[in-house]
Amino acid sequence: MSVKQISLAELPVDEQATIVHFSNGLAETNRLVSLGFTPGVEIDMTQNYGRGPLIVTVRGARVALGRREANKIIVERRTEK
Amino acid sequence: MSDCHADSSTSIPVLIVREKMPLIALAGQPNVGKSTLFNLLTGLNQHVGNWPGKTVERREGSFTFDDHQFGLVDLPGTYSLTANSPEEVIAREFILREQPDIVVAVVNAASLERSLYLVAELVTLPAPVIVALNMMDVAEHEGIHVESEVLEAALGIPVVPMTATRTTGTHELLRIICKTLDGDLSNHTRQPEIRADHLAILKETSQIIAGYVPDPYPGEWVALKLLEGDAEITHLMQGALPEEKGQAINNLLRQHDDALLAVASGRYEWIERMVRAAVVRPKKGQISWTNQIDVLATHPIGGLLLLAGILGLVFWLTFTVGSPLQNWLDTRLVGGLSNWMSQLLVVYPFWLKGLIVDGILGGAGAVITFLPIMVIFFAAFGLLEDTGYMARAAYVMDNLMHMMGLHGKSFLPLFLGFGCNVPAIMGTRVIDSKPARFLTILIAPLVPCTARMAVVAFLAPAFFGPKALLVSWSLILLSMLILVLSGTLLNKIIFKGQRSAFIMEMPLYHLPNIRTIGLLVWQRSLSFIKKAGSTILAMAVAVWVLSVLPNGDLGSSYLVQFGKWAAPVGQWMGLDWRLTVALITSFPAKENVIATMGVLFGSSPNADLAQMLTATYSTASALSFLVVTMLFIPCMATVAVIRQETNSWGWTLLSIGLFLVISIAAGSIVYHLALFLRL
Repeated sequence: MSVKQISLAELPVDEQATIVHFSNGLAETNRLVSLGFTPGVEIDMTQNYGRGPLIVTVRGARVALGRREANKIIVERRTEK
Repeated sequence: MSDCHADSSTSIPVLIVREKMPLIALAGQPNVGKSTLFNLLTGLNQHVGNWPGKTVERREGSFTFDDHQFGLVDLPGTYSLTANSPEEVIAREFILREQPDIVVAVVNAASLERSLYLVAELVTLPAPVIVALNMMDVAEHEGIHVESEVLEAALGIPVVPMTATRTTGTHELLRIICKTLDGDLSNHTRQPEIRADHLAILKETSQIIAGYVPDPYPGEWVALKLLEGDAEITHLMQGALPEEKGQAINNLLRQHDDALLAVASGRYEWIERMVRAAVVRPKKGQISWTNQIDVLATHPIGGLLLLAGILGLVFWLTFTVGSPLQNWLDTRLVGGLSNWMSQLLVVYPFWLKGLIVDGILGGAGAVITFLPIMVIFFAAFGLLEDTGYMARAAYVMDNLMHMMGLHGKSFLPLFLGFGCNVPAIMGTRVIDSKPARFLTILIAPLVPCTARMAVVAFLAPAFFGPKALLVSWSLILLSMLILVLSGTLLNKIIFKGQRSAFIMEMPLYHLPNIRTIGLLVWQRSLSFIKKAGSTILAMAVAVWVLSVLPNGDLGSSYLVQFGKWAAPVGQWMGLDWRLTVALITSFPAKENVIATMGVLFGSSPNADLAQMLTATYSTASALSFLVVTMLFIPCMATVAVIRQETNSWGWTLLSIGLFLVISIAAGSIVYHLALFLRL
């Protein structure tokens, strides 16, 4: 199993990753945190067409993110060998 | 009546309902069925107003159980209790200052981990908490099984499984509330702790502020909020601490700006411990109906087509059911009543008849005839929101709306404006960021409503004959263009280009609850009639008075004198005093434009009027007049709801001023351009 750090926006559909960190300013971070985003949490990409907003599943709930917001979240992609 | 409390401080005045009866507060994140539970418990025994000095909806009510009466307050739905918006501040200030006897925390069984986040915050406040584990049916549908007894044992506070939409579990909830009030149930939980690596910093913070925390805030809680970077609490403590202690806190917080994540992680660790044994998750790969619907509903193209289809259906309903009903009310009810009153009052002085028939009945008529369309829009809006579709509509529209600094959620209210601007402005309540909401309110009247289109539909053929359709379409396009331009500009100027982040929950789809939607329609309609209605009535009477004083006829009235006085401004746009007066009388209702022209040209049959207009005005003047009519100050019903929804005369006047400037500027440009092109 190898790991690779990418931005959440780059994660393809149906793949999982673990959040490494994000720094989106206080208000945005607060909102992300209250919707279940924290470092170490596992995240599922539910919809990502490569442009426009995307949908992820985090802590069992679906959350829509703008691409700009997703770009600032660094995740560790898990690629199984 | 709650409007009188122009209280700018964060303190919340004591409730009207609290007279020795126990006070229960409902707290919960959005999309957990909190409103459904509130409606279920209170029925029509509820009062909707605004939180003092805020534009946030406040709902309170009462219910009886076991011969006891209880007061119930629906706190705003919030994901956390950290001050991101007025909602969080209202919720926590209420719990701390009003000290409800019990806080019922509504959580969604289908997304338990996430919705317990608010509970992790609530248990640190000094009020007993009961967890209402709602939406058990939705959870089962998703294959998620929650053992409520296991959860209760882990949390150490009562947990009541329920499905509010099917009224199951509410009796048990009320029983547990009574037992807790009687002190028969223990209500102790181990509180969440900050992630281990930040324990020392929390301790240090607590020590620095010890002895300086003002009532009613708990010291430990304030320390946590400081670490979370909560703006309100930071401000509060800067005022309460002596200077060197304030400095010490500042330095500490600056060194640990990641403390927010540590606090949040601590809470989720607590949650994970609680749910670990209580929740059985479905195996991966199971496809729920939310996933199936979303394949279409959130598709970049398919989603737009679906949205267009749904909106088409709403408008079809409006025109096939709403418009005829509106006509019927206007001609039969209001018209009939006016005739009857005219005959009845014929022996009295003319002004009494005029005041009652033209002023009061005219104003009341405007309110009543609005209702059918409002009810259809509110119901459609409520249905889309209650099923969870609203979030999908916002999602697919987000890219387009972002160009104006708006949020996807602004789209639906704006679109409703094509029917009527009034529900459009009331519909902006779905937008959770205040700048985005106010910006939407400011530009919403640029969407041409049916009343303005009716005026255009009459005037365009009169002025332009076969080219009427082309002119009408150009007018709509021009309005849209100005909407995009002013949205972009206003966002840059007033809101400093603030762009609200697009982070939005996509709730699971569920069947709509008729009761919730019914009550929403009832309350919105009632608040429109009560608040906006009185403003509309007052304005209608004022306009009528100006149209008869001093001699009793329109021709020599103050209104016409004002029109003549304003004629120089009209001349920039190529309008004579008659068109200027017609424009001014479009304020009570846009349809008035034609009626006023009829009076001023002294002709009643419409066909004659059309011919006289063509003979009197040049193409340039006609074009300019249509443009100005489309963009002029919104009708008084719209102005009244702008006042109601922004809770501020400042914003209302800004809106009026904005439309004056836009319409005069656009009219002048179009007029001179048309002259230049020798149209």
